[in-house]
Amino acid sequence: MNLVTFSGPPSTGKTSVIIKTIDAIKQRGLKVGVVKFDCLATDDDKLYEKVGVPVRKGLSGSQCPDHYFVSNIEEVTQWGIELGLDLLITESAGLCNRCSPYIKEIKSICVIDNLSGINTPKKVGPMLKMADIVVITKGDIVSQAEREVFASRVQTVNPSAVTMHVNGLSGQGAFELSTLLYDEKDNVDTLVGKKLRFSMPSALCSYCLGETRIGKSYQMGNVRKMNMEDDK
Amino acid sequence: MITLEDIKKISISELRGKYPFVEGFFADQSLEIEQNEKLTFVQFLQKFDEEEAEDRAIDIDVMVNSLVEYVNQMLSFIGDDKENGVDSLTILPGTNKFGEAENFEELTIRKSEIICIVGPTGSGKSRLLADIEWVAQKDTPTSRSILINGEESDKKWRLTSGNKLVAQLSQNMNFVMDLTVQEFLELHAQSRLVENVEEVIQRIISSANNLAGEKFDLSTPVTSLSGGQSRALMIADTAILSKSPIVLIDEIENAGIDRKKALELLVGEEKIVLMATHDPILALMGDRRIVIKNGGINKVIDTSNEEREFLTELNEMDKIVQNLRYKLRKGEVITSLK
Repeated sequence: MNLVTFSGPPSTGKTSVIIKTIDAIKQRGLKVGVVKFDCLATDDDKLYEKVGVPVRKGLSGSQCPDHYFVSNIEEVTQWGIELGLDLLITESAGLCNRCSPYIKEIKSICVIDNLSGINTPKKVGPMLKMADIVVITKGDIVSQAEREVFASRVQTVNPSAVTMHVNGLSGQGAFELSTLLYDEKDNVDTLVGKKLRFSMPSALCSYCLGETRIGKSYQMGNVRKMNMEDDK
Repeated sequence: MITLEDIKKISISELRGKYPFVEGFFADQSLEIEQNEKLTFVQFLQKFDEEEAEDRAIDIDVMVNSLVEYVNQMLSFIGDDKENGVDSLTILPGTNKFGEAENFEELTIRKSEIICIVGPTGSGKSRLLADIEWVAQKDTPTSRSILINGEESDKKWRLTSGNKLVAQLSQNMNFVMDLTVQEFLELHAQSRLVENVEEVIQRIISSANNLAGEKFDLSTPVTSLSGGQSRALMIADTAILSKSPIVLIDEIENAGIDRKKALELLVGEEKIVLMATHDPILALMGDRRIVIKNGGINKVIDTSNEEREFLTELNEMDKIVQNLRYKLRKGEVITSLK
């Protein structure tokens, strides 16, 4: 089985891009499944069911979504293998921009959109910088110049990635993306022992444990304070 | 070409001297290199302790490799203007969505030619465009092949973002950046590593104003341009500043922009122009028309002299409508159609 991980800021069009790509992959006679990771609620699993692919969803609730992802990814992989999938796609949102659920040796795709502003590539961390493929969406509604500037900014922060434009509505570019996702030479049996490409945001403070009150005396553990002094 | 070893040997100030464009890399990666110029890039990164590196999400190996890759990409981007020249594009037939062979032998389109694409919505216009953009080699659903300069092309057109074959213009596109025309064009010119920025900006604004019904200047925010002005600026900018040799136009509306001049500008800048349109004036201005049906090319029609003769009459009709539009804008009352 091949495993690929999609991530990207919320509302960039990850699900639309994946669904259009699945169309193209299914035409090659390959069996695809999806696992959707989200925080509080998602109906995207229904969208995947509608296109007729096996789907599971995981909601992290009060936990850090990326910690939740990595704690479950091996079980998710085994689910895909048991179903006899050729390709398993995981989808997760990068909510703090610092997140990066990418695993070494597992193909990773970051979806980012033209409307998010040209400084966005600079603000997004390992999720963009360490992706193998960067998919840029919503190119149909901005000018050619803006598409070129945005793509060049993406290329500056992640020069090694393949950068592609995909239209999540019309599907333009989705077939081309699909050719990069599945390689019959690749095979994953287990993720045990593999490593994340970059450490996840860390925290273990009183608020992680359910504290709600504000004030120094309630703050324990890994707490960091802002510097409010004037820089001279 | 630069290698990992080269980067390890030279200081940041030498790097900046030799490859001025690395400023963009340092800025976008949020690396403050001032006062550290004597160090090599690796030494500079090693100054961050583990905690700081993690806070800034820096992985030294990845970062150094990224810089090498970036420098090499930029060098090839600057250097290969000539070898990237596209003089012609050839489409070899595949099949339509029923698996039937397409009804043409071989279609070669040269620089400065205008080809129209006609056919109902959903007939396969986007697929044709996507085949061109991906430089299809019998590996797309239509099994078409695309040749560049008469030859099978390597995959650089597919996978590097600086080398996109096709630039696109459509009615639905808008400017979304909160910038003036001047700032906007500067930004685009910088991303293309243009040297004579001011000169290029002047050319674009004067070309755009030549196309637009109502003039605008460099201090206008791009988001407050009218539909016609936006289209004029997009076309002028694509013609002059975009590196893509092929321009695909999805209709140009008949308001606030001189469409004939727009096409002349693109053709004058040696672009290959593909235009999806059902507007008779535009369609007859094309050298040929590709008729798409059921996902395949059904016919290729050369615009005949007979057809072209209708253009004169059509242009007269168009002038009447434009003139009425102008009068209405000025608040006049229409008393005759002339």
